[in-house]
Amino acid sequence: MDQSALLAVLLTIVTASTPLLLAALGELVTERAGVLNLGVEGMMVMGAVAGFAVALMTGSPYLGIVASALAGALLAVPFGVLTLNLVANQVATGLALTLLGLGLSGLIGERFVGQPGVRLQKLAIPGLSDIPFVGPILFGQDVLVYLSIALAVLVSWVVFRSRAGLILRAVGDNHASAHALGYSVIRVRWAAVLFGGAMAGLGGGYLSLAYTPQWIENMTAGRGWIALALVVFSSWLPSRLVIGAYLFGAVTILGFFVQGLGVGVPAQLLSSLPYIVTIAALVVISTRRGRARADTPACLGQPFVPDR
Amino acid sequence: MRIELEKRPERSKVMAWASPIIAVLATVVTGGLIFAAIGKPPLQALWIFFLEPFSSLWSIEELVVKATPLILIGVGLSVAYRANVWNIGAEGQFTIGALMGGMVPVFFNTWQSPLTLVLMLVLGILGGMIWALIPALLKIKAGANEILVSLMLVYVAQLLLDWLVRGPWRDPKGYNFPKTVGFEDWQVMPVFGGGRLNLGILLAIVAAIALSILMRRTMKGFEVRVLGEAPRAGRFAGFSSDRMTLFVFLLSGGLAGLAGIVEVASTVGQLQPNISPGYGFTAIIVAFLGRLDPIGVVVAALMLAVSYLGGEAAQVALGISDKAARVFQGVLLFWVLACDTLILYRLRIVRGAPAAEGV
Amino acid sequence: MKKWSALTRRDAMASALAGSVALALSASLAGPAAAADKLKAAWVYVGPVGDFGYSYQHDQGRIAVEKALGDKVQTTFVENVPEGPDAERAIERLARDGNKLIFTTSFGFMDPTLKVAKKFPDVKFEHATGYKRADNVATFSARFYEGRYVIGQIAGKMTKSGTIGYIVSFPIPEVVSGINAFMLGAQSVNPNVKVKIIWVNSWYDPGKEADAAKVLIGQGADILTQHTDSTAALQVASEKGILGFGQSSDMDKFAPKAQITSIVDDWSHYYIGRVKAALDGSWKAVDTWDGMKEDAVVLPPIKNVPDDVKAMAEKTAAAIKAGTLKPFGGKITKQDGSVVENLDDGAILSMNWYVKGIDDKLPQ
Repeated sequence: MDQSALLAVLLTIVTASTPLLLAALGELVTERAGVLNLGVEGMMVMGAVAGFAVALMTGSPYLGIVASALAGALLAVPFGVLTLNLVANQVATGLALTLLGLGLSGLIGERFVGQPGVRLQKLAIPGLSDIPFVGPILFGQDVLVYLSIALAVLVSWVVFRSRAGLILRAVGDNHASAHALGYSVIRVRWAAVLFGGAMAGLGGGYLSLAYTPQWIENMTAGRGWIALALVVFSSWLPSRLVIGAYLFGAVTILGFFVQGLGVGVPAQLLSSLPYIVTIAALVVISTRRGRARADTPACLGQPFVPDR
Repeated sequence: MRIELEKRPERSKVMAWASPIIAVLATVVTGGLIFAAIGKPPLQALWIFFLEPFSSLWSIEELVVKATPLILIGVGLSVAYRANVWNIGAEGQFTIGALMGGMVPVFFNTWQSPLTLVLMLVLGILGGMIWALIPALLKIKAGANEILVSLMLVYVAQLLLDWLVRGPWRDPKGYNFPKTVGFEDWQVMPVFGGGRLNLGILLAIVAAIALSILMRRTMKGFEVRVLGEAPRAGRFAGFSSDRMTLFVFLLSGGLAGLAGIVEVASTVGQLQPNISPGYGFTAIIVAFLGRLDPIGVVVAALMLAVSYLGGEAAQVALGISDKAARVFQGVLLFWVLACDTLILYRLRIVRGAPAAEGV
Repeated sequence: MKKWSALTRRDAMASALAGSVALALSASLAGPAAAADKLKAAWVYVGPVGDFGYSYQHDQGRIAVEKALGDKVQTTFVENVPEGPDAERAIERLARDGNKLIFTTSFGFMDPTLKVAKKFPDVKFEHATGYKRADNVATFSARFYEGRYVIGQIAGKMTKSGTIGYIVSFPIPEVVSGINAFMLGAQSVNPNVKVKIIWVNSWYDPGKEADAAKVLIGQGADILTQHTDSTAALQVASEKGILGFGQSSDMDKFAPKAQITSIVDDWSHYYIGRVKAALDGSWKAVDTWDGMKEDAVVLPPIKNVPDDVKAMAEKTAAAIKAGTLKPFGGKITKQDGSVVENLDDGAILSMNWYVKGIDDKLPQ
C-alpha cells in the first residue's frame, strides 16, 4: 500500500468510526446507569436532521452541532418519561423511540432534501497539520473527532474515578441499595438518558455536518444499531469502546480498499467482515476474562420504582 | 404536587383490559392533533388508520398475512425474553431458515410432492436453529454476550442471502436478475380463498397455543420463568441456565426460521435479496407489547399489522406520507406502553413536599 | 312521500345506519370523491421521494404528468415500499382503490406486479426495468448506458492518472451494463484506462459512498463516477479537487466545481405519453426502452472540462441520439476473451459479464 493510499484509508477510518464512537459513548453511560435505550438510531437520525437544518439556516456548523445534541436529548425525553417515571418496558419503548425518530426526522427533513449543507471544516493548524502523513491524521481532523476522543477519556475518568461515576455505577448495579443510601435513582438515570440522547444526536450530527453534508431520509443507515452492539462489545468500558468503534470502522474501510484492488473477492464477503471480526474479537475478549457477564450493569433494563 | 406510582398489591384485571382502550383513545386524540397539524383531515385519517384495515375481506386477509411471521417469531422471542435470554437476531434466523428451506426448490426444481413442502418447512426450522445455535454456544462456551453476536449475525445472514441469489442460486432463465427460480405447486404454502391467506397462519396459531401451554402448564415453562426472574433460585433448584440458553435459542431460532421459509414459500414465492421488511425486529416489539405471553403476542401482532396496513392505506387515500405514519405508530406504541403501567401501578397525586424518597 | 310513512321507524334507522356505514366504507375505499371522470394513475416507489435520486426522479415524472394532464388525470403514489412481501399488497391496494394505470418502479416489483395484474385484468400496469409482460403489464426502462458511454469518453480523456473510480451499489445487469458502456466509452479515447470498482451494498448510505470515494482517490483515481444515489461521492470529489459525474439527478448544486455532468433520469416524457395512451385507448403492453433520443436520459450542460473535450462529448451524444453510434453495437471483447458484437436489448438487459480491461469479478 503506497503512502497516499494508506493515508486516505487511515483518514477515512477516523471519519467512519467517529459517529459510532459518539453515539456508543452516550449509550454506554446510559447503560451504566441501568437503562437500556434501544432508540439510538432514532436519536441519531434526529440529530442528523436537526444539525443539518440549523447549520443550513444559520450558516454555522457549530450551531448545527449544538442543535444536533439538543435534538437527540429532546427525543430522549419521552423515553425517559415512559421508562423512568412510568416504568414502561425499556426494550419496547426504545424500539418505539426509533420508529418515532425515523418518522419525525423524515417529516422535518422533507424540505431539506436536495440541498447542499454547511460542512464542518477540518482543523488547519499552521505547521502541525502540514507534517507529512502524521499531520493530517493527528492535527487535521474536524473538531468532533477530537471531541469524541476527549469525551471517551472524560467519560472513562468520570465513570471510574469520580464520585458521580460511582453513584452512576451504583445505580446501575444495584438500584435498591443506591436508593437506600439516599441517592435519587430516577434523577441519576434521567441525567444518563439525556446524556445518551445528546451523544447519539451528536453522532448523527457528525454525519450531516462533517461526513456527508446533506440530508436524505434514514441517512444513519443502521449505525445506531452498530453503536448499540459496540457498547456490548466494550463490556461497558470506554477504552474498549474506542477500540471497538475503530476496529469496526477499520474493517469496513479495508473491505473497500480490497475491492479497489480489483482482486475479485466477493463484495458481500468483505462487507460481512466487520460483523464477523467484531464477534470474533468479543469471543476472544470474553474467553480471556473467564466469567461471563461479569461486567454487565446488574440492573440493566430493570425498572425502578422507589418503594415507600 | 407530583404524580407518584404506587404498586398495586396485584395485577389489576380491569386495567389489563382497559389499558389498551385508553391507549387507543389517547392515540386518537394525539394522532388527530398530528394530522391536523400536517393539514390532513383528522377524523378521516383516524378512520383509515384504525378501521379501514377491517373494512374489506381482502384487507383482513392481508392483516393476517402480515401478522403471521410476527406471531411465529414473536411467540418464540417471548419465551426467550422470559428466560432473560436476549435473542436480537431473529431477523438473521428468519433469513437462514428461508435459505435452507428454499434450497429444496432451488436444487430440486421439478420435485413436486406434499413431501416437498414438508421438507422445506423442516429445513427452514433447522436453518433457524443452526443460526441461533451460534450465539447460544458462544454465550455458553465463551461468555460472549448474545445481544451482540445475534445482532451481528443478522447482517452476515443477509449478506449471505444476497451473495447466493446474485450468484450461485440465480435463476438461469431470469435474465441474470438477483432471484432464484420461482416456487410452484407443492413448493408453495397452500392458500385459502383467492387472496394470500395461507397455511402459515395455522402454523402460527398452533405455535402460539403450544407455547402458551408450555409456559403456563409445563415444568419447562416454570423453569423458563424461574431462571428468568430469579436465576440463583433456579440454579439452586437444579435448573441449568446454560441448557436454558440453548433451549430458548433453538426454540426462538427454529420458529424464526419457520417464519422465514413460510414467508418465502408464500408471499414472496422465491428467494431474493429482500425477503423481510424487518419482521425479526418488529417481532421484538410485538413480544413486549404482548407482555411476553404467547397469546398476548397474537393480539399485539394483529395490532401492529393494523398500524402498518392503516399507514399504507393512509398514504394511498389521503396522501399522508409514510413518515407521518411511522410517527403515528411510534405515538401509538408510546401510549400503549404508558397505559400498561396502570396494570401494575396506580397513579397517585401527591401534594406538598415529597417524603424522604431519596433526593 | 306516501312510501315514507309506510316505513317503520326501525326500518328507517336500519337503512340509515346501513347507508352511513356503506358510505363511510365506500368513502375510504374510493378515496377522495368527486374524481369519477378523471383517470386515476398511481406510482409505487421502492425508496423515499426524498432520496434526491432514483425515486425522486420518478416522482418528478409523475409531477410532470399532473402538470400536463391534471384536468384528466389524478395521481397518487406510495413510497418506501420494500421489494419483499409488502410490495404485492401495496400494488393491490392501489388497484382496489380505483387506479387504472399503475407504475411500479423497481425491478424487485416484477413478480408482485404480475400477480396483482392477473387479478385485475382491467387495470394497466407498467413495470420498470423488468422483463416479464402480460396482456395488461408493459415494461419500460431507460438506456442509461448511452449516457454512460458519453461520460466514459469524457473520463477517458480527462484522467491523468489513468484510473477512474466507480462507486456502485449492487451487481444487477443494469448497473453492469452501465459500467461496461462507461468503460467502452473511456477505452475509445484511452485504450489503457483502468476502472476501480467498489460495491457499497446499499442504495441509500451516503456515508459509505463517501468512504468508497475517499478510498478510491487514495488508490489513485482522479475521476469519480457512481451508480448510487447520493451526492456524497461528488462532495468528496469537490473537497479533494477532482472531477466526477452525478447520477439520477443533476448534482451540480452540491459540487459545482467537481461535477462535469450527470446522468439524469427523465421519465416525464414516457409517463405523459403512456398516460395519454391510456386516456385515448391506444395503450398496449409493450416493452419500451427510451434513451437519449427520446430525452429519457439527459446530460446536463457539460462543464469543468476544456472546450475540445466538451465538443467531443457533445458530438458523441448527438451521434447516439441520432442512432449512428450504438455503445454496444460494435465488436466487444469480454473479460474472458470471447468476442461479441451488436448486442440486442435482451443481451443488454441480462448483461452479467465485464468487458476486457476491468479487473473486478462478478458473482456467477
